[in-house]
Amino acid sequence: MLRATLKSLLARKLRLVLSGLAVVLGVMFVAGAFVTTDTLGRTFDKLFTEGYATTDVAVKAKPKIAVSEMDGEQVETPLPASVVDTVRQVPGVRQATGVVATDGARVIGSDGKVVTSYGPPRIGMNWVGTDDIMEMRQGRGPDKDTEIAVNEAVAKAAGIKVGDRVGVLTQLPKKTFTLVGVWGYTDNRDSIGGVQEVAFTTPVAQRLMLGETGVFTQVTVRTDDGVEASGVRDRIATRMGSGYDVKTGEQLAAESSAQFKEALGFFNNILLGFAGVALFVGTFLILNTFSIIVAQRTRELALMRALGAGRRQVINSVLIEALVIGLIAAVLGLGAGVGVGALLVTLFGSMSGGLDPAPVGVPLAAILSSLIVGVVVTVIAAVLPALRASRISPIAAMQDVATPDRPLTKVTITGAVIGAAGATMLGVGLYGTSSLWLILAGVLVTFIGVALLTPLISKPVVSGLGRLFSWSVPGRLGRLNSGRNPRRTAITAAALMVGIALVTGVTVVMDSAKSSLVAQAENTVKAEIVIGGDQNGPRPPTFDDAVLAQATAVPGVRSAAGVWNDQALVNGERTYINATDNLAKLSDAFGQTTLPALKPDQLAVSTQEVAEHGWAVGSVLKVQLPRGEERSYTIVATYDEDAMPGSYLLPLAATRDFGLTQPILGFVRLADGATMAQVLPQVKALVADSPEVNATDRSSYINQQVGMFDTIITMVQVLLGLAILIAVLGVVNTLALSVLERTRELGLLRAVGLGRAQTMRMVTVEAVVISVFGALLGVVVGAGLGSAVVQALDGEGITDLVLPWTQMGLYLVLAALVGILAAVLPAIKAARLNVLAAIAHD
Amino acid sequence: MIGTNAARADDVWKVYGKEEARVVALRGVSASFERGKFTAIMGPSGSGKSTLMHCLAGLDTVTRGTVHIGGTEVTGLGDKALTRLRRDRVGFIFQQFNLLPTLTAAENIRLPLDIAGKKPDPQWWDTVIGTVGLGDRLGHRPSQLSGGQQQRVACARALMSRPDVIFADEPTGNLDSKAGAEILAFLRSSVLEHGQTIVMVTHDPVAASYTDRVVFLADGEIVAELENPTPESVLEQMKAGEVLV
Repeated sequence: MLRATLKSLLARKLRLVLSGLAVVLGVMFVAGAFVTTDTLGRTFDKLFTEGYATTDVAVKAKPKIAVSEMDGEQVETPLPASVVDTVRQVPGVRQATGVVATDGARVIGSDGKVVTSYGPPRIGMNWVGTDDIMEMRQGRGPDKDTEIAVNEAVAKAAGIKVGDRVGVLTQLPKKTFTLVGVWGYTDNRDSIGGVQEVAFTTPVAQRLMLGETGVFTQVTVRTDDGVEASGVRDRIATRMGSGYDVKTGEQLAAESSAQFKEALGFFNNILLGFAGVALFVGTFLILNTFSIIVAQRTRELALMRALGAGRRQVINSVLIEALVIGLIAAVLGLGAGVGVGALLVTLFGSMSGGLDPAPVGVPLAAILSSLIVGVVVTVIAAVLPALRASRISPIAAMQDVATPDRPLTKVTITGAVIGAAGATMLGVGLYGTSSLWLILAGVLVTFIGVALLTPLISKPVVSGLGRLFSWSVPGRLGRLNSGRNPRRTAITAAALMVGIALVTGVTVVMDSAKSSLVAQAENTVKAEIVIGGDQNGPRPPTFDDAVLAQATAVPGVRSAAGVWNDQALVNGERTYINATDNLAKLSDAFGQTTLPALKPDQLAVSTQEVAEHGWAVGSVLKVQLPRGEERSYTIVATYDEDAMPGSYLLPLAATRDFGLTQPILGFVRLADGATMAQVLPQVKALVADSPEVNATDRSSYINQQVGMFDTIITMVQVLLGLAILIAVLGVVNTLALSVLERTRELGLLRAVGLGRAQTMRMVTVEAVVISVFGALLGVVVGAGLGSAVVQALDGEGITDLVLPWTQMGLYLVLAALVGILAAVLPAIKAARLNVLAAIAHD
Repeated sequence: MIGTNAARADDVWKVYGKEEARVVALRGVSASFERGKFTAIMGPSGSGKSTLMHCLAGLDTVTRGTVHIGGTEVTGLGDKALTRLRRDRVGFIFQQFNLLPTLTAAENIRLPLDIAGKKPDPQWWDTVIGTVGLGDRLGHRPSQLSGGQQQRVACARALMSRPDVIFADEPTGNLDSKAGAEILAFLRSSVLEHGQTIVMVTHDPVAASYTDRVVFLADGEIVAELENPTPESVLEQMKAGEVLV
């Protein structure tokens, strides 16, 4: 039996290659995700180990607000210079250095633009000389307050050389320095992992990066030779007390790496999610292929039954076939996944600017998950066809292969029940528990339900769609062919539906969100000019706060107000907070009834937040900012948070303790009669020294705010492209089979005068009808799912429901093109049939 | 000659395979099929009768020699021209699987005309439909028709485009004798009444007796011809052939 199975397996190579390919692609995604995360994980391990190579023990002040890598930037609390001396006196400490090193030193390149970073921090530090792994490439370290040195990565990216005058943005607005030195690292590296570094003299670094002199971000300790770092750490910790974090370099490396790995885990889950979709679609394809194979082998299987093979043996024969395909596909997918992983890692490395990726490795998780996923998915998909095969009676061997259309009642009822269950899960997930898992499961179950209902729908819809092509004989024949096997058409179309439904659903949600936000912004932002920039790293762009006052002085400007942003603990709860230099002007910029200007101990809170916490005007809130001590603020005003930026607005005085002491947004209102043409150029000129930001008109600002939704849509489209590709393989498969099954029919048609081109057109129409049917289902189901999500998010500020008609139309057109593409090979095969052989074909 | 012959084979050779596997199916067969006549090609299995028909119909290529349909030389035509020839000037009736299962009887009958983008002549349509006698079953699909009815639909389809010649390959092979007789009578009448030319491959002496002439093939050569055959004379000739072999 096994030999017979394997032989028949080889006999149908093409079909198996196609269905195997679906598994290969899915597994590739799975393995790729694991390989990428593993390799990047080791990259970070290596990176941080190197980064902390010259640190035996580090002493830092406990952060006022603990922020993980996932939640934003940790603002470090400065420690007084006296700590350095205290630490130095601890036994075992050979050397204790007060170090300033914190993100936020942005170098302005020779082209006048800020050197960007898409990940690695831009460290501003004090020059304490070179250590074991640093090497001076040019010049020397800074020893005057007007001098800086940078690492080679910065020098190259900025296009600057020793002797140049270089502008640097820090906590303070642009300051210009003379570049006196460039350093690199051992092994000819320009940086450690793409980190940009600018070194100032210690007092300058303190003032620029920490806002005050006499403080450091940490004390770096080198221990005496032969002394355990952990012992020294414990002694320092005891000496310093609870206000300080004392850790060994190894600990810090492990912690930093772990934080990055957490982010990577998130990334991994996203990739696995898309892999799941691809495999889900692949299941349809495999199920279809095996159904077809079983149908084709009816006589063969019946003969085996007649010769005494038991049902179990027939089932096993099909399942073993699936097992073999699954195994081969999994191995190939794993191989391809390693390639994809390597590619992603390289891409990540080059995008993050100089990250030196660890050698690509294949973790055990990748191997295990690939094999398990590949085999399990294939075998599960083959179970139904295997059961069907076992029900073939031995007598079928003797009869003509008559496969009467089985009634669709059972499958339709099952589909209705499953569909209803899916819709219920979705409903409960969206409106009840808001559980993401329930929503996802609901979507999945709904898909299965719809897929089961598809055969029923396919009859009228396919016939209707086909009418579009019925103007020619080949078109009519193609249309009739596409309606011949509703189950096969349905499952092929359903596979395409899944990908398109998800893309459409996401597009509906994103477009709705975008439209709602634009509408909201249109209604609220009254400022004609907005100062702000694109954020492309962890740190939002800022500008010189002096611009606000200067802007107010520009003729034609009625008012200008800035917004600062950070995280804070409000009554112990971490939240994002904003500050403004002038609440009265800010409320004017948002067309609100003018709110009072805030005194240093007052704040304004949104009515929503006030209601949620049971506060009122006059309530006193305890606010802990990233720096400084906790302070009390009294609520003096409330506002609608949909109409103003943020839920909390603090006075300007508070920004001293912000992580970013400069504003991120500025809103400028024009005086009556003033024109943009007059004012905008002048405001633009004011921000010339803050190259991270630009002054734009209101509509550009609003569009900029919602740009990310388009990015998300594009990303989802790209990632779901794989699922759609697999579905296309399904169309090719189905067509190849149609051509094979109808060989004699094709022969007859050719005999009575159907030309080659007409034959090809006939096959193409069948493919187009099936694909467009799938896309239509996808668009309808996706629009439904998206609308449901939008409805559920009504309370979250997504008020508009936008159906992306253009995109939905585009998907249909694309599906038609995909159909044409999928038909190419089968059509050529059909046209090339030898008429005589085809007629004689059994 | 061209005026009176619907189809003609001149010294047609057909060789399959090469060297040791070489099989000669036709050895220099020359035959003419007169317009308005019903001709049967007979012969034992492997005599080359089907091959001859396939070559005459342009379904198969010849190794040597020429084939004419009407005034057109078939040998050497490309796929496009052959397709057009089959569509416009040749009709086919096969032993089985003559109809497209997705089309109704009427649609099957019109198929060659539809493919050509032509409208059926209403008068001729009525005549053909009338003679095949399908009446109310025209809207049915093949699966709802009996074997005889299906074959009548196939005949009607072959007739509808008024081809130069209709090739029928064992058209009654799959039918019971009553249905077979109906088909043969129908073919016979289309020759007599409408001047249709029909070439039929058969091994059944009774079927051959419906024709005007029988051509006997053995081992790829024409061994005998019989005018105005009867079942008895055909059987006699067949027996004589066996003795010869």
